[in-house]
Amino acid sequence: MRAVKSLFPEEAAERHTLSIMVDNEAGVLGRITGLFSARGYNIESLTVADVSAAGRLGDGAVSRITIVTSGPRRVIDQIVAQLDRLVPVHSVTDLSELGPHVERELALVKVAGTGEKRVEALRLADIFRARPVDTTTQSFVFEISGSTQKVDQFIALMREVGLVEVARGGVVAISRGAQPA
Amino acid sequence: MQGREISGADIIVRALVDLGVDTIFGYPGGAVLPIYDALFRQKAIRHILVRHEQAAVHAAEGYARSTGKPGVVLVTSGPGATNAVTGITDALMDSIPIVVLTGQVATHLIGSDAFQECDTVGITRHCSKHNYLVKETARLGPVIHEAFHIATSGRPGPVVIDIPKNVQVATARYEKPSRIEHRTYRPRLKGDLSAIEAAVEMLAVAERPILYVGGGVINSGPGAAQLLRDLARLTKAPVTSTLMGLGAFPASDPQFLGMLGMHGTFEANMAMNQCDLMLCLGARFDDRVTGRLDGFSPHSRKIHVDIDPSSFNKTVRVDLCVEGDVGHVLEDMVKLWRARGHQAGGQDDWWNRIKGWRTRQSLAFTQEGPKIQPQHAIRRLWEATHKQNPIITTEVGQHQMWAAQHFDFEKPNKWLTSGGLGTMGYGLPAAIGAQLGNPKALVIDIAGEASIQMNIQELATATQYRLPVKVFVLNNEYMGMVRQWQDLTYEGRHSESYSDSLPDFVKLAEAYGWKGIRIETVDQLEQGIADMLTHDGPVFVDCMVEKHANCFPMIPSGATHTEMLLGPDQVAGKVDKSAEALV
Repeated sequence: MRAVKSLFPEEAAERHTLSIMVDNEAGVLGRITGLFSARGYNIESLTVADVSAAGRLGDGAVSRITIVTSGPRRVIDQIVAQLDRLVPVHSVTDLSELGPHVERELALVKVAGTGEKRVEALRLADIFRARPVDTTTQSFVFEISGSTQKVDQFIALMREVGLVEVARGGVVAISRGAQPA
Repeated sequence: MQGREISGADIIVRALVDLGVDTIFGYPGGAVLPIYDALFRQKAIRHILVRHEQAAVHAAEGYARSTGKPGVVLVTSGPGATNAVTGITDALMDSIPIVVLTGQVATHLIGSDAFQECDTVGITRHCSKHNYLVKETARLGPVIHEAFHIATSGRPGPVVIDIPKNVQVATARYEKPSRIEHRTYRPRLKGDLSAIEAAVEMLAVAERPILYVGGGVINSGPGAAQLLRDLARLTKAPVTSTLMGLGAFPASDPQFLGMLGMHGTFEANMAMNQCDLMLCLGARFDDRVTGRLDGFSPHSRKIHVDIDPSSFNKTVRVDLCVEGDVGHVLEDMVKLWRARGHQAGGQDDWWNRIKGWRTRQSLAFTQEGPKIQPQHAIRRLWEATHKQNPIITTEVGQHQMWAAQHFDFEKPNKWLTSGGLGTMGYGLPAAIGAQLGNPKALVIDIAGEASIQMNIQELATATQYRLPVKVFVLNNEYMGMVRQWQDLTYEGRHSESYSDSLPDFVKLAEAYGWKGIRIETVDQLEQGIADMLTHDGPVFVDCMVEKHANCFPMIPSGATHTEMLLGPDQVAGKVDKSAEALV
């Protein structure tokens, strides 16, 4: 997560969410992440999973990779063009460019504490609609999903009531409406 | 599927034959022994045994670039594959269609650090257009056919197929596929017609147009070069070419301004700077072409025609992008120009300015005294050979730039050089590949005494296959381009750029079975070249040239097209720190 070395320093960096459909074949993720590191592009988050109708691997299997990246507009255009020319890539959609779309992130947040802090953690979790999915007398693991900002805010609040560790899934996103992007 | 099962190695040979392959360049080893045995049992494909795997790839590049057909390489696992990496990267940078077959350890050994194992698909992932690890014998046929399709279509490039040894041994049925259609890979050939219309209109109203052409015109085929001539005729626009595009437009044509960029002509670079419309055809605004970006052609509208949309707006922002094969786009442009009855005109002022720039004679040099000026040697070589339409390869450095400046090319596919990657050691193996693809052609590697040593072992390959290639070394006893930069940037501190302990190249050539000729003074030049040309076999010419000549014109680090150095008297010997790191 280093700063983008921009050829065009005059332009401000923008955050973009890219949705990439790829053949689910060996090495495809390496092609994508290698392209980002080789050309000095930024990855803020990356998720990948098979999304074939049958939901399992095999010939014709397709995965969706969601990458959140940031950079000046021209760098974003380059990223899209560079991704698009990889042979196993079916399509690259810049969801941020497309407009209305849904972005969600899942996080598991472990909090330890007793007494008032424990009660406060549960109260805050309720406000954020975070669900306890594991508990001991000393701790909770909350499951929270929502926008990246919401997850960020929840984690920030948990710091004050005994945050132990966090696992985040990265952003998944999809376009709104009846049509595929 | 019909037919009996055959071994993976036999499938490979059958598929290659079905694809029209008659020559492959390679080097055997443990992980490809089954394929070598299959080659031994057939007659359709000729295997050329190189002396180093890097040379196999460069030879395949030379074969591909000079014939228009894909080059094929066969190497073993581990060091065979890693030695090929430089050549594969070279082919990627210069968009040369080659297919590289690498052996791999058996599938059950992959990942165990087995003998001569390396992660070939991992290593070549970012230096190939595409690559495969084939784990099932039945997949071999389809993968090889698909690999050739990908290597040769769209923007051409290298494709690597990694084949474990047990996959070569196991059997499967093979059937020639009727047609290749990839699920996701569909390069676009025809350009968008409305974009092409807009381009023609922009060209028609331009007062100071220029056609800036690159290797894409050559990759598109001879038809594209002809269409380029047609468009130049119709528009009366001047034409300049990148290093990779030389030969796409005839050097003798009065509309040709010569090469542009760092060592381009004064008129080409000034015209690029002062034009009001730039039509870029199959070139990619490389940093060696543009110089400092913020001063690059500030007053022009720019049109970019390219088959690879990732080239658009990568470094230079353009006004109109046309995605498509440059030959197809040129065809549509020429048709539209004619259909709309456009007339070129109003360019008298523009051509007068170009004439003014030409009077600077930026490529002029003075040959005085017995020492041979390198430019003079190249010019004499051109005079002695150009009627035979020779194929010229080069290594990388000063000699390469002098050859680009002073050897004139009239036709495409005659100039083979390592442009993007700048690989020393490219020229000799590329000449071998070109000679195999063009047995009757005169093939000359214009080389430097430092570069030639990077793949000098290939002298043996030429001897073995009785290839009459010529090597013409401009020997100045320096890594000349490194020294030139040290002269320009580091006050002449020649750190490690002297070619010490040089071999006696004549004796070395003779030891390999070549004829060796040494030329030491200018009066020996003509006879030396004549002796080289009359000898029916490989000849190595060691031509001693002026040691301290530098290559001009030159756009120094961090400068724009208008800030060219035209001769050594303009060299300051120092640049500021910001420029030192730039180029």
